[in-house]
Amino acid sequence: MEPAVETKKLTRVFNPKKKKEGASVRALNSVDLKIEKGELFGLLGPNGAGKTTLLKILSTLLLPTSGKAYVSGLDVEKDYVEVRKRINMVSGGEISGYGLLTVRENLWMFSQFYGIKSSIALERIDDMLGKFGMLDKKSEKVRTLSTGQRQKMNVIRGFVTDPQILFLDEPTLGLDVNASRTIRDFILDWVRKSERDKTVLLTTHYMAEADQLCDRVAIIDDGRILACDSPENLKKLVKSETTLRLDVTTMKDQRVLGTIPGVEKFTSTDDLENNITSLRFVLGDESAISDIVSGVAKGGSKILALRKTEPTLEDVFIKLVGKGFE
Amino acid sequence: MAVRSDLRTFKNAAWLGWQMEANWTDPFLFVIYSIIKPIAGTLILVFMYLVITSGATNTLFFSYMYVGNAFYMYVADVLFGVTWVIHDDREHYMTLKQVYIAPISFYMYIFGRAAIRIAITSMGVFLTLLFGVLVLGVDINLAAVDWPLLALALVLGLACLCIMGLALGGISFLTAKHGQGINEGVAGVFYVLAGVIFPITILPGWAQTVSRLLPVTYWMEAVRRGLEPAVMAGLPGSTGLQSLSNLQLMLALLVSTVAFLFISLGIFKYADKVARRKGKIDWTTTY
Ligand SMILES: Nc1ncnc2c1ncn2[C@@H]1O[C@H](COP(=O)(O)OP(=O)(O)O)[C@@H](O)[C@H]1O
Ligand SMILES: [Mg+2]
Repeated sequence: MEPAVETKKLTRVFNPKKKKEGASVRALNSVDLKIEKGELFGLLGPNGAGKTTLLKILSTLLLPTSGKAYVSGLDVEKDYVEVRKRINMVSGGEISGYGLLTVRENLWMFSQFYGIKSSIALERIDDMLGKFGMLDKKSEKVRTLSTGQRQKMNVIRGFVTDPQILFLDEPTLGLDVNASRTIRDFILDWVRKSERDKTVLLTTHYMAEADQLCDRVAIIDDGRILACDSPENLKKLVKSETTLRLDVTTMKDQRVLGTIPGVEKFTSTDDLENNITSLRFVLGDESAISDIVSGVAKGGSKILALRKTEPTLEDVFIKLVGKGFE
Repeated sequence: MAVRSDLRTFKNAAWLGWQMEANWTDPFLFVIYSIIKPIAGTLILVFMYLVITSGATNTLFFSYMYVGNAFYMYVADVLFGVTWVIHDDREHYMTLKQVYIAPISFYMYIFGRAAIRIAITSMGVFLTLLFGVLVLGVDINLAAVDWPLLALALVLGLACLCIMGLALGGISFLTAKHGQGINEGVAGVFYVLAGVIFPITILPGWAQTVSRLLPVTYWMEAVRRGLEPAVMAGLPGSTGLQSLSNLQLMLALLVSTVAFLFISLGIFKYADKVARRKGKIDWTTTY
């Protein structure tokens, strides 16, 4: 079975309009990617990394300068007619839409370009408008929507046509927490319930989004893929172990805590004035946490606060690039 | 399958065009744009004619000019219309890329949108002609009209305009919003060279050669022969195409339309490729 998306040494160079306006930009630099059917794949990178450029090439809007890109085994450059039947794309921050049409009409019209039966399309539209909390807007003209509502409408447009492969370019860009969560939940549900039939390639510059949502993540910077793996495996690249911090009421006998299996390092500081002991554990094995908690209880202390710090994709990015995001 | 999909696309695009152009939420504006504007435009020409000839409107030549001018509205509207659709979709609604990556024939989308423009323009053309006949004494006798010739000429001519619109549409993938110059140029060339308001015989020889390559020239002649046969028969001097029989005239229109079909498709395909190479489909003008 061919992969949903595959690129081979994909390169895209943008030339300045006039020579003197500066050097050409290598937006994609020999990108090799393989995304399997049924994956929820994330492309994580800062602004200007080349994410949008890649999605434009895959969705037949833009041609590569060199290298190859395949969608469902089809060459995006030559077989674009066939590619278009299988895909759709939505860009975040997209406020597009025919202002004179109603939300429902606008979505329905695009579904018709994909030959979706009218009754099925309308059912799907109402269902999604409901899930996105926009059912009351369905008969409103598109031009009366707020930017956030327009963006949600466009995300719906991507799903309404029921593509095999959906490209989402920063789908939650600038949306509030609730709207973002709704969209993420919907994406996840859509991919999962298809039983490996649907593929999503989404780009984001939100670390947490890539981490929580995606099966695999490719980290892109300056047109190059620096790493590509599951979020868990990526985080293993930065070998900082799990750190557990506990604030407890003053604990006199702490010896037992240092002997718990899985605890690699253990430090404590007492704040007698406030009756607090701060404990810090470096864990080789997270199963030690429950032993620590019961150890504290046996020692007669109460837990006031508990924090677990784990490596994030941000740490991975910093390690790979040598600088943080933005 | 492909035919069904094309028909569906045409229907959808026409539906969209109707929603957007026949803006009944503001009937007042709609009436002004589709009816008053064309008639007002015609009156300017009539006024200039009267000043220059200091004459009357009941001459054969006035009827010749008036009809040509009325049908020229189609030329301007279809050619500008297609380009306008693309600019509007791209820069105003920002939907061009969504339509572009849809699995449809973009030609059918353009033709669907153009069909609505043609329908609306037809109203303007009809009212302009009516106004001419009733108020200015333009010589159109319904009993004498050669309906089959007129109908065939209209169908072929409008198809031809849509085809040329396609080429301009392709070019407008590559031009900015203010790049209407090409269209104005093309429309202007037709106005002068295609015998719209004066016979091509008053042009210099080389220009007449160009005229005979343009389908619009044959179209104008065919429409006039269909609509005002008496005027065409009685006109002093030659229109330059009088030696052609009706059949020859329609053949000439057909042949030049087919030739333009190939030219237009070539231009569109080329422009489409360049647009994809340069990333112009979702590009907006930045000032
Ligand atoms: N049409 C274009 N013309 C010139 N440069 C471009 C064009 N599109 C993108 N770029 C450049 O290519 C690089 C990658 O851009 P993009 O793919 O939009 O990044 P991202 O989506 O990750 O923010 C940037 O340096 C950007 O300035
Ligand atoms: Mg981007």
